[in-house]
Amino acid sequence: MNDLLHFIFGKLSLNAIPHVPMTLGAGIGMLLALGSLIGFVTYLKRWKWLWAEWFTSLDPKKIGTMYLIVATIMLLRGFSDVMLMRVQQALSVGSSHGIVDAATFQQIFSAHGSIMIFFVAMGLMFGLINLVVPLQIGARDVAFPFLNSISFWLFTAGMIIINCPMVLGEFSAAGWLAYPPLSELAYSPGVGVDYWIWSLQIAGVGSLLSGVNFLVTIIKMRAPGMKMMRLPIFSWSVLITMVMVIFAFPILTATLGMLYLDRSMGMHFFTADGGGNMMMYVNLIWAWGHPEVYILVLPAFGVFSEIVATFSRKRLFGYASMVGALSAIAFFSFIVWLHHFFTMGAGSDVNAFFGIMTMIIGIPTGVKIFNWLFTMFRGRIKFTSPMIWFLGFVFLFTTGGMSGVMLAIPGIDYQVHNSLFLVAHFHTMIISGVVFGLFAGVTYWFPKIFGFSLHEGLGKAAAWCWIIGFIFAFGPLYILGLMGATRRLDHYDSIHGWQTLFIVAGVGAMIVGLGIVCQLLQIFFSIKNRKKNLDTTGDPWNGRTLEWSTVSPAPFYNYAVIPTITDRDQFWEDKQSGKIHEPKQYADIKLPKNTGVGVIVGGLSFLVGFAAVWHLAWLAIAGVLATIIILIIHLSRDDNEYTISAEELKKLDTPRKEQLA
Amino acid sequence: MNDTAAIPPLDHAAKEKTLFGFWVYLMTDCLLFGSLFATYAVLHGNTFGGLAAGDLFNMPVALAETLILLTSSFCCGLAMLAVQAGRKRQALLWLGFTAALGLTFLTFEIREFAQLVADGDSWARSGFLSAFFTLVGTHGLHITIGLLWLGVLVWQVIHRGFTKHVVRRLTLFSMFWHFLDVIWIFIFTVVYLMGALRI
Repeated sequence: MNDLLHFIFGKLSLNAIPHVPMTLGAGIGMLLALGSLIGFVTYLKRWKWLWAEWFTSLDPKKIGTMYLIVATIMLLRGFSDVMLMRVQQALSVGSSHGIVDAATFQQIFSAHGSIMIFFVAMGLMFGLINLVVPLQIGARDVAFPFLNSISFWLFTAGMIIINCPMVLGEFSAAGWLAYPPLSELAYSPGVGVDYWIWSLQIAGVGSLLSGVNFLVTIIKMRAPGMKMMRLPIFSWSVLITMVMVIFAFPILTATLGMLYLDRSMGMHFFTADGGGNMMMYVNLIWAWGHPEVYILVLPAFGVFSEIVATFSRKRLFGYASMVGALSAIAFFSFIVWLHHFFTMGAGSDVNAFFGIMTMIIGIPTGVKIFNWLFTMFRGRIKFTSPMIWFLGFVFLFTTGGMSGVMLAIPGIDYQVHNSLFLVAHFHTMIISGVVFGLFAGVTYWFPKIFGFSLHEGLGKAAAWCWIIGFIFAFGPLYILGLMGATRRLDHYDSIHGWQTLFIVAGVGAMIVGLGIVCQLLQIFFSIKNRKKNLDTTGDPWNGRTLEWSTVSPAPFYNYAVIPTITDRDQFWEDKQSGKIHEPKQYADIKLPKNTGVGVIVGGLSFLVGFAAVWHLAWLAIAGVLATIIILIIHLSRDDNEYTISAEELKKLDTPRKEQLA
Repeated sequence: MNDTAAIPPLDHAAKEKTLFGFWVYLMTDCLLFGSLFATYAVLHGNTFGGLAAGDLFNMPVALAETLILLTSSFCCGLAMLAVQAGRKRQALLWLGFTAALGLTFLTFEIREFAQLVADGDSWARSGFLSAFFTLVGTHGLHITIGLLWLGVLVWQVIHRGFTKHVVRRLTLFSMFWHFLDVIWIFIFTVVYLMGALRI
């Protein structure tokens, strides 16, 4: 009987429901929110519409929008973890122990890091790439539309798995990279680390497939005449990022797989006994992890390059050097991973090599900063909200970069390793670099996708709140780190005199929170008053690149007639010479049919991941078999495209043409 | 029946895109194996008091496996030549040989694994054996997926003939199969030969 129960339920039992009031409350809140959302959609009778128009869609603009929605929800989740940590660290001093116990606190910071990187930053990045890249290179779709849908639903499956611990079991307490031996079964016997592994594994495979997809898209599907050195700079940054994804993510897949084999099959890759080598894990995870942070930031660099050129009314300064700098950063990012663990004790020669390589990355990055500043120099600058994000970025990113060069010196690193100084450093790079960049990008391309622009006033208010809040939230952490405060503290003694600075950091986080409120209001009011902000021209910012030549919102086929490219800033040159693209000859076009297989594969992947976490062998096997069968059936189909005839296309396109004229 | 029917003209750009995409996918797979090879290289001495590679592996069997897989790959190449010539029966024959040899390879590997486990040298014995089973097992898993894929393709060739989609899929499969050959050559070298030489 017990054997049977164990076979059916694996490690699952009623004890898996969280006991900590805070987790339980958050879990119930999450379920209520989900329930009311489902109820709301049912009340509006929109399920069919959601399925037909969105879930099954292979249009990258719709897939990109869904990425942005998931990432926004995860930003709220990750930010609520921030507020808990800030309150805990502001209060938990001396005899007070704050609002959460140590075990919960460890889960909170682990979840915060994993969610912010994998489901916010990656989600915003792939969302923006989906929205912009096909339009920018003059393509109708990505190279493999079905694969794109699979990628998104794997990402979503990973997102659901990482939120499961709120209602079932516990999350990993081993930090966002789960170093062994702490993450091994001997020290983390619960399901938390398994949740972490499977969430990242499934989302990571989705990212890898996206990497292949967009690399092929950019290399093979550019409009005629768009030579590589005519490729818009954002697409260049994406191309190089995708190369990095292709090189880095297989390492993550292998590493997570090995950690899971250790935990589930009793293997000894990274265990403290049995001939394991835990530093192998640390090497492997950073061989992925260091490129990963550049994977996040390079597209943001691309966004800023577009924005600065557009709002300075000038050609981007040093286009070729920008491309060179992107490539150089990508190359060097693969030979600096050891700087994350100088304290491993690899010896001064090894540490010196990695320290110097790390400092060298500052050079191409500096090239980019100067190129942006020279683009602005003597330009007619418009201080729109994307430009505010950019200015905040330049200031904060440069200071953060300098703290990075300090950390690159092994001698200094030994002092501040694992301190809040490090935490402050990487948050400076990721928030001001990645997050500001992607927010600016969303603001900038929003009208192209949705047909109306976002409210400028609230956008500017949000940017200022984020910038000022950021300074207050992370300035104190630099100081605290130098004073000796280590990261991941759930409690400290009052004798250190740290509390005031922790309170200031908490206030800073609240100001950032105000910025998020501004953004939510911005989205709400922009949609409510969309008639006022309609983009009737297709070119709201006086843009330079191809995507602004089609109407807003961009039609599902992007371009009725694929334009021919003769210049880097094609649309700008056409406007200057008065030759705005006129559709000449319509021809039949082919587009992919919608399919629900992506959703089903995502759902099955969730089940397989869930089964692996709870050791439900029957469910895992059934899920894998079902996935294989469905993929075989779907991939054996030959008729996955439909044709829009030239006549239909002409009919669809005519009112738009008048709108453009 | 339509043994010599010419292949219909291909949608060239679409096919090229797919082939290029598959190449890129193969490179990601190559990096996955690269990570496992690196781990094996680091852990291969960590026998934790157990037997080392030189004591464990049966070299004649490893050599036989290698020759079987290489021949399978060769048959796959002959099958693709037959596909290009539009000779259906011949193509099916060579694809059958490819599958049979692949299956033989897999049987050898499973027997080797079973023997090791029976002798108490399972993946849980030491870091070295964890790395060995994972590296070689991942290759075996790829072979299994390849055989499944080949089965579906044989069915498609029989029922649909050489349509442009079926030919494209056969081309992708042959790339996959040759790629697994290359990986195996590295496994044979790094795991078996260097193991026997105790490097």
